[in-house]
Amino acid sequence: MTNVQKNRLKDQLFKFWGIACTLIGLVLLVIFIGGILIDGLSRIDWAFITDLPSRKPEKSGIWTPLMGSVWILVLTAIISFPISVAAGVYLEEYAKKSRLSALLEINISNLAGVPSIIYGLLGLEVFVRIMNLGASVLAGALTLSLLILPIIIVATREAIKAVPGSIRDASYALGASKWQTIWNQVLPASSGGILTGVILALSRAVGETAPLIVVGALAYVPFAPQGPLDQFSVLPIQIFNWISRPQQGFIDNAAAAIIILLLITFIMNGIAVYFRNKWQKKLQ
Amino acid sequence: MRKIREFVIEKSLLSSALITVAVTVGIILVLAVEAFSFFQEVSIFDFFTDTEWTPLFTKKHYGILPLLTGTLLTTFIAISVALPIGLSISIYLSEYAPRSFRKTIKPLLELLAAVPTVVYGFFALVVVTPFLQQFIPNLSGFNSLSAGIVMGIMIIPFVSSLSEDALFAVPKALREASYGMGATRLQTAFKVVVPAASSGIIVSIILAISRAIGETMIVAIAAGQQPRLTLDPTVPVETITAYIVQVSLGDVQHGSLEYKTIFAAGITLFALTFLLNTISFQIRKKFRQKYD
Repeated sequence: MTNVQKNRLKDQLFKFWGIACTLIGLVLLVIFIGGILIDGLSRIDWAFITDLPSRKPEKSGIWTPLMGSVWILVLTAIISFPISVAAGVYLEEYAKKSRLSALLEINISNLAGVPSIIYGLLGLEVFVRIMNLGASVLAGALTLSLLILPIIIVATREAIKAVPGSIRDASYALGASKWQTIWNQVLPASSGGILTGVILALSRAVGETAPLIVVGALAYVPFAPQGPLDQFSVLPIQIFNWISRPQQGFIDNAAAAIIILLLITFIMNGIAVYFRNKWQKKLQ
Repeated sequence: MRKIREFVIEKSLLSSALITVAVTVGIILVLAVEAFSFFQEVSIFDFFTDTEWTPLFTKKHYGILPLLTGTLLTTFIAISVALPIGLSISIYLSEYAPRSFRKTIKPLLELLAAVPTVVYGFFALVVVTPFLQQFIPNLSGFNSLSAGIVMGIMIIPFVSSLSEDALFAVPKALREASYGMGATRLQTAFKVVVPAASSGIIVSIILAISRAIGETMIVAIAAGQQPRLTLDPTVPVETITAYIVQVSLGDVQHGSLEYKTIFAAGITLFALTFLLNTISFQIRKKFRQKYD
């Protein structure tokens, strides 16, 4: 074999290796989700969704952790959305090249890399102890809000960056002030991108386990939370709790609860992708 | 009137941005204060040299080394899985794959990172460990091997996505020059494109390492809760993050030394990831200047 042939062969081999690598993760994911469906699907019925937790696996349901997750989702959205979009708008539209904006930039990029469990420690000390909220839904939602702040800020900035400068110029030419331009032109034009970022960040929050365990969310809560100061559990914590029990019945329960959790996560991701595609088409 | 309104709005937007600074300051303060009071009872020297970590036993030892090796061991295994696969994916997608394939496969790969980590933990414990036990009979039910492998699968998109962006940003002219010399795509990829994109690739690797070090649920579920100083991937270990979870699940009195141990462990974790993130930020800044 000549050198040229050898090199062509290597080139082809790497191509197949590349395809194999690209598919292996996805194939594993499919196998794994298939396995979970086999284990858990038979366990899912209406009673599984609406039953309270129990010591017997076949009588246990996910009502309280499911409602806990809904509470966390709603509160986290309410808290994080205005703050992070405002911060994103400031950094993109107002901040001049100064030491302050450089500091903010480094800081946000650093925050995005802080492990989620560290946010749990912050929440435990500040919200649970100092603000005396206890291990409540509100303390959990505040903690997760801080966690997803950098994600939404980055998404907001990207979305605002994509708005063409001509739209701003046109607005200024008509005599609009800076804020009027942002509120009436820039934000509506970037809303699709911002919304995508918010939904993706919230889907991350729904799947978070560690920071809420540290904040003190319980594995067993007899009732669904009625207000923001009630104790709570969330789906991932319930799953974690069931995984750590020896009986097979609880493992099946965990698989069933995972199906519900994945369903929520994938639906949220799907909605986010839908919004992004629609928005990108509109921009072009 | 309009000027005042504009001014108020600008300042309130600024204060939202400043909340992010407050979060950083808050994290550092909380960790530092609790860790400081921890180190008044335990000497820093013992913390870094004692080879046992047993704060929850009657005979107490406060050596962070077992937790640190547990963390580094699972991280090492994860990176050994994610690096070759992730890098191959990025090279394949940017140099070989048709554009349409690239466009469909990228969001699918990112789905790997969207799956909640507790689900991966289940995967490691219930599927991967029993599977590996067929080949490694003395593999314990909790071990760093399967936790590490599954964590590696999870961080594949972190490596592949960022690396691919870096490879894709390499100017076309460099590739065409290489092709013009008669090089194959493989030779072009490894001798021209990868070196040109090296800083971006290094950033992706560092961020993946940082992610693996901070990952909690996979290791808490599948790697065990036995802090021990070992590099054996088949036995149970405990990582820094898993220890924090273990203590948080129990009933620990606020202000007790046990309570403070999670902050001492936390500040170690924070310092590690902060260092890695800062390095990657600096590389990224240099990289950007190079291409502008």
